[in-house]
Amino acid sequence: MTDVSHWSVFINAALINNFVLAYFLGLCPFFGVSAKLETAARMGGAVSFVMLVASVCAYVINLLLDAVNAPYLRIISYILVISSTVQLVEMLMRKLSPATFRALGIFLPLITTNCAILGLALFQTNRGYEFTQAVAYALGAGAGFALALVLMAGVREKLDLANVPELVKGTAAAYIVAGILSMSFMGFAGLGR
Amino acid sequence: MLGKEISSTDEFLKGLWRDNPVFIMALGLCPALAVSNTAMNSLTMGLATTFVLLASATCVSALRNFIPREARIVCYICIIATFVTAVDYIIMAISLELHRSLGAFIALIVVNCLILGRAEAFASKNTIGRSLLDGLGMGAGFTGALLCIGVIREILGSGTLFGVSLFAENFQTWTIMVLPSGGFFVTAIWILIVNRLREKQAEAEAQAQTQGASS
Repeated sequence: MTDVSHWSVFINAALINNFVLAYFLGLCPFFGVSAKLETAARMGGAVSFVMLVASVCAYVINLLLDAVNAPYLRIISYILVISSTVQLVEMLMRKLSPATFRALGIFLPLITTNCAILGLALFQTNRGYEFTQAVAYALGAGAGFALALVLMAGVREKLDLANVPELVKGTAAAYIVAGILSMSFMGFAGLGR
Repeated sequence: MLGKEISSTDEFLKGLWRDNPVFIMALGLCPALAVSNTAMNSLTMGLATTFVLLASATCVSALRNFIPREARIVCYICIIATFVTAVDYIIMAISLELHRSLGAFIALIVVNCLILGRAEAFASKNTIGRSLLDGLGMGAGFTGALLCIGVIREILGSGTLFGVSLFAENFQTWTIMVLPSGGFFVTAIWILIVNRLREKQAEAEAQAQTQGASS
């Protein structure tokens, strides 16, 4: 995997194999916080930051675990690092921007159980990315997640004003929109390969 | 929780229908959609999740008086991660091919909100027996929902069911169904069906009530 350029790693994670729309990772916040555009953008920022930190930590941990030859500790140590990072972000946000903190509510601590972040750590390990590639991958995945969230929020804000049958309102409508978004992201396939 | 008033069968059945984890509560969606492209993958994922759910529910319930409140989430996650690691290695031992097709999604059972959710909402407050029943019901509901999605996606997307070919040579497969967007669409349709059925059920109950009141 050393011959892949950083740019293509970034594009791949952000568009072609978008974490939300192609890998189905991080669906809970995707449907949960995508009702308002502003909240969605902030959530995207928070997740991107946690992804970056988690990716760097996961890289270091993986080196350590390889050194002591204990791959079976990987899952448990990754998830512990991620939950402490989320705790840190939570404290920072409460201090720096209380309004955002309140708007995100329960979904902020739930970043811990956001599969996109653990998924990122595991994928980068499985693919054997080098340090800089891992950082590019994390940035791409974060950008892709934020992009999907913002697009979804934009559509849902409009959808609120539209005349939707009672039965389809809510979850089902959100799924259909996600399906169409996912289909349009398939158009990126073949980019940068 | 009205623990004492609910009978044991109800504890089991609620996971199957009334509180179905995927269609009603929308928990554990990520693995549900990601690996449901074939029926076999769905079944494996469902069983693996059920196993982790049962094992972690037993552990959490047995330790519920020892785990300090402030550190409970971390404790739960450690317990869950241990069992997931075990499942990961078990599946690798049974079938390497299956392990490869599920990929990182087995490891991602750790962050399945369903398991943590049940540990927090149920197992931490109830006895081992009840928690096991609850886990069994939720696991069955999850596996069932996964199969519902997986079977449709495999039949339409590849023209097979559990790897057995169903149609003649000239069947045109719906490639969209095995692609990610197909997962979203099939789930949307299932949610619509479940919503409609629940609506009918509620109507019938309301009608029965008014009839009972008038007679």
